[in-house]
Amino acid sequence: MTDYAVDEDEVRHVAALARLGLAEGEAAEFAGQFADILEYFEALDEVPEVDAEPELTNVLRPDEVDEGLTQEEALQNAPETEDGRFKGPRVS
Amino acid sequence: MAPKLNVYVTEETVPGAGDGPLAGRSVGVKDNISTKGIRTTCGSRMLADYVPPYDATVVKRLTEAGATITGKTNMDEFGMGTTTETSAFGPTRNPVDPTRVPGGSSGGSAAAVAAGETDLALGSDTGGSVRCPAAFCGVVGIKPTYGLVSRYGLVAYANSLEQIGPLAPTVSEAAELLDVIAGPDERDATTRYDDREGHPAETATYADAADGDVDGLSIGVCTELVEGADDRVAERFEAAVDELVAQGAEAKEVSLPSVETAVQAYYVIATSEASSNLARFDGVRYGQSGGYDDNWNQAFADSRASFGPEVKRRILLGTFALSAGYQDRYYRKAQDARAWIRRDFDETFDEVDVVASPTMPVLPFELGESLSDPLTMYLADANTTPVNLANLPAVSVPAGRADGLPVGLQLVGPRFGEKTIIRAASAVDA
Repeated sequence: MTDYAVDEDEVRHVAALARLGLAEGEAAEFAGQFADILEYFEALDEVPEVDAEPELTNVLRPDEVDEGLTQEEALQNAPETEDGRFKGPRVS
Repeated sequence: MAPKLNVYVTEETVPGAGDGPLAGRSVGVKDNISTKGIRTTCGSRMLADYVPPYDATVVKRLTEAGATITGKTNMDEFGMGTTTETSAFGPTRNPVDPTRVPGGSSGGSAAAVAAGETDLALGSDTGGSVRCPAAFCGVVGIKPTYGLVSRYGLVAYANSLEQIGPLAPTVSEAAELLDVIAGPDERDATTRYDDREGHPAETATYADAADGDVDGLSIGVCTELVEGADDRVAERFEAAVDELVAQGAEAKEVSLPSVETAVQAYYVIATSEASSNLARFDGVRYGQSGGYDDNWNQAFADSRASFGPEVKRRILLGTFALSAGYQDRYYRKAQDARAWIRRDFDETFDEVDVVASPTMPVLPFELGESLSDPLTMYLADANTTPVNLANLPAVSVPAGRADGLPVGLQLVGPRFGEKTIIRAASAVDA
């Protein structure tokens, strides 16, 4: 066991952060697998610090009005719509 | 009767327009590449009914080049897997040996080409997902340099790593398909070279490079990536390198110590990006609804319960790697490893033209063999992930068989060095 092994409660906590519903038994199964995987990730501790040369350049263009999806197209995959809008669950 | 290979999630024909360079050719398209009016599931129950309202840029390019699309090929759910067994639509079988996996995640595309169900296919490669199934099924697969091919319309898994790439029976056919899909696209900023000397594909014809001329080519054999391979794989690999040497190439050993942390760095970076990318699946605009009666958080979590176990595992790992207290330990160190790998390759290409290794360190798994042990599956990506982390091009070309199963030779080139790796690979399959 390493000092960053995760237990079932930690898996449930992370699942709550990710808004991810778990099936019966998945938290226990994942906790066991993550112990192995995180132990394997420990090799990253030995990686030297490397100066990454930034290769990024800004590429700008003027804004132009272009064709987009129609309202109908944008809504066609929504499980439910209401008055031409997406229907979502309660926010509060 | 032979078991069904299950190469397609959706079989539907889209005819090509006119008589372009791919007229009369059929192409299978991986099911994470958007096709207007044809469902695009990503191998996931979440998107079982999702029908894109637009075409990916590569799909437009295919049909404009005259190709006929034959269907949407099976894949690991959202590209997360090395075997095509995590698909919600059942596993694809390897045409060479139907008790084996075809590799993944573009397993449907590779199997379709290997079985002759389609002439050519498109896959996507985030950590080896074109090259692995190409190697396991005995076909050719190319992972282009980051920025060569537009990802507009590719459902994102880990944006900083992935490219769409061709699969074909031969190097020259894969190169022909690459010629069609490569090029700038205003809808994918990574393909824009406005302030440089133009996009590399605008002045290159990749198919012309498949001339088999390796006279004077210098090949660096990456010792770290050969040492980790199964002996039977290493033997075939060495025979393929010897064959290139016999044709006039020079081979020497090169060492890239950084690649030994590639799998770790890859799984930290890819899962971190996945945890963010897959946050879009909330069951409101598309996907499985989580209902409307509970509060937002619960409905969101209920919707996302429809992801399969491998996708959940990666979202959780990525969320964990980015969470407070762990970000420095995992994500930042993985970025260091990525820069280190890139530097190692850059320095190696001062000495050699291509870097060679077995594509996969193992022979194709038996169906079900690796599913219960994710770490074993991740380790199989040891030779392919360094290439994505370094943004480089690579090809997997068949290098014969061991115990009746295909072995792939991987050749990695410098940035936008597609012609070099295509030329070298074409000497192997000639």
